[in-house]
Amino acid sequence: MKQDFNELRLDRVTRRFAGSGGRAFNALSELTLTIRRGEFIALLGPSGCGKSTALNCIAGLLPLSGGTIRLDDTRIDTLPPERRGFGMVFQNYALFPHMSVAKNIGFGLRMRGVGSADIDARVANAMKLVQLTGQEHKLPGQLSGGQQQRVAIARAIVIEPPLILMDEPLSNLDAKLRLETRSEIRRIHRELGRATIYVTHDQDEALSLADRIVVMKDGVVQQIATPREVYAQPANLHVARFMGYRNVLDLAVTGERDDRVTLEAPDMKLTGTRKLPLDGGRASVAIRPEEMTIATQPAAENVIAGRVDSVEYGGRDSLVDVVTPGGTRLHVRAAVHVSLGQSVLVHVPPECVLVYPRETAA
Amino acid sequence: MSEALAPRAPFDRALLLSFEPPKGGALANYVKFFTTDNLWTTIGKTLKLALPATLINVLVALPIAYRMRIRSRWQRTITTLLVVPITLGTVLIAEGMLTYFGPKGWLAQFLQLTHIYDGSIRLTHNYWGVLISLVISGFPFAFLLILSYVTGIDPVLARAASTLGADPKAQFRHIYLPLLAPGLAMCFCLAFVQAFSVFPSAVLLGAPAGPTRVISIAAYEAAFEQYDYSLASAIAMIMGFVQLVIVAIVLSLRSWFYRGPVTGGKG
Repeated sequence: MKQDFNELRLDRVTRRFAGSGGRAFNALSELTLTIRRGEFIALLGPSGCGKSTALNCIAGLLPLSGGTIRLDDTRIDTLPPERRGFGMVFQNYALFPHMSVAKNIGFGLRMRGVGSADIDARVANAMKLVQLTGQEHKLPGQLSGGQQQRVAIARAIVIEPPLILMDEPLSNLDAKLRLETRSEIRRIHRELGRATIYVTHDQDEALSLADRIVVMKDGVVQQIATPREVYAQPANLHVARFMGYRNVLDLAVTGERDDRVTLEAPDMKLTGTRKLPLDGGRASVAIRPEEMTIATQPAAENVIAGRVDSVEYGGRDSLVDVVTPGGTRLHVRAAVHVSLGQSVLVHVPPECVLVYPRETAA
Repeated sequence: MSEALAPRAPFDRALLLSFEPPKGGALANYVKFFTTDNLWTTIGKTLKLALPATLINVLVALPIAYRMRIRSRWQRTITTLLVVPITLGTVLIAEGMLTYFGPKGWLAQFLQLTHIYDGSIRLTHNYWGVLISLVISGFPFAFLLILSYVTGIDPVLARAASTLGADPKAQFRHIYLPLLAPGLAMCFCLAFVQAFSVFPSAVLLGAPAGPTRVISIAAYEAAFEQYDYSLASAIAMIMGFVQLVIVAIVLSLRSWFYRGPVTGGKG
């Protein structure tokens, strides 16, 4: 087992499962990814997208159906999990209920035959890192969810693994604790200087934690990019939808010049930015609610008229649904006060209107 | 009030009856039991059958149940096969064993024909016959009980242990065994109580006058051959007391182990 490494290379890692009716389906298709030392990678996608499958394949808990995993020059996909030596944090923590906090954290060291004095010192160190000092002798059942979570993290990092794998570690925590633990995880990652692979379905978590995000859908990678890129430049409509582009409209293309596209529907005219080559006369546009504004006076272009249909008050701003005369519903995040039934104009800058090929039967 | 006590009534009556022998003082029955050679020795003979049979059942059922924890296409088949004897009843098992394991039975004939073992084989009408029958009838019970304990343990715990460097052997030793220990103790107690009251197979398959003269035979003889209900009650009381002592010892060992939920956290 290596303590140090330069990169972990996944090459076309594939995992098939037997589906219903004896038909096999790919839970993970040809995932190719190189993770460098010190990187924080988030695997992001809706449930069932294959992200946990990918994590279990890397950990060795699931055998691969195809492809290879190499840690530098060593092929590791044929090794059982106990010989890969990656630290893993499970979604429901998987703490050993019959062992004290200190025993739980020291388990990995004990399995490695580390001397007991050394174990005590390293466990104390890890407990300090996750701010659990003083809880050594408690059983996991006596801890709160957030504390259990930190025990699970300490248990995974105390063995100083080259790679730490986290499977939705925050999904069982309440909103406040989730934010706190999130920055804690980022801090621990920086202090250890190793690689972390983090599985989540929460785009905020992925954006705030990761150096690079791997967006997945149906076992297939959709985009691998920095958070900034994934947020502003989604590679396709799936990624856009997942990154919060709640307004997806199907419009007719009336003109294309460079990457500027003009589109039309009976009740609106839009200019947008093309993201992928278009085919045919229709296209889908994706717009984030935050990037639309309720206009006070008619602007030159990209203004849609409609009537306020619902207002969800959200503190700093409100989520306003505007319905156009043609019945299209637009979600707008508006800082100004509007009332139900009011006629409004919605404005969106052309660079915020992302144009993709029309979605086929989704 | 009287209804709540109803289940205890036979016990109370037997307890009182045991102190009212036809001749002698209140303790005469107990004195008689512990001074008569073919009575007090039945405790040892019963323990000598019940303890090994229970140990074998629990210790053999444990690894098989452990293997069966993962759902597979074999799981149901094997479980069904192992559980069938529970439906047979001791008398049917005894009859089958007399046919298969007797001196002229299929097993003896097979071994002698194939020259695996040429000596004479006696697996019936002695200690071994009763022991084997106790294992056959008691095993499914121990197996089902342990299987339910094993499958109740969250498999993610073993997976977590494996990512921390525990090979399958260490996973069993450090995760499954400690979490199973209280259940195993309980299983041992139940299987032991069942084996300790062995009667039909001790008579049908054993040597009820000799090495398999178990305590229930002594009680039966006192009650239905000598019509000394008082002595029979005393023997039943002693039988209960011995069971209680063993169960108390085993259950007190449980307090050494963790007893609580066997899952790895919230959610």
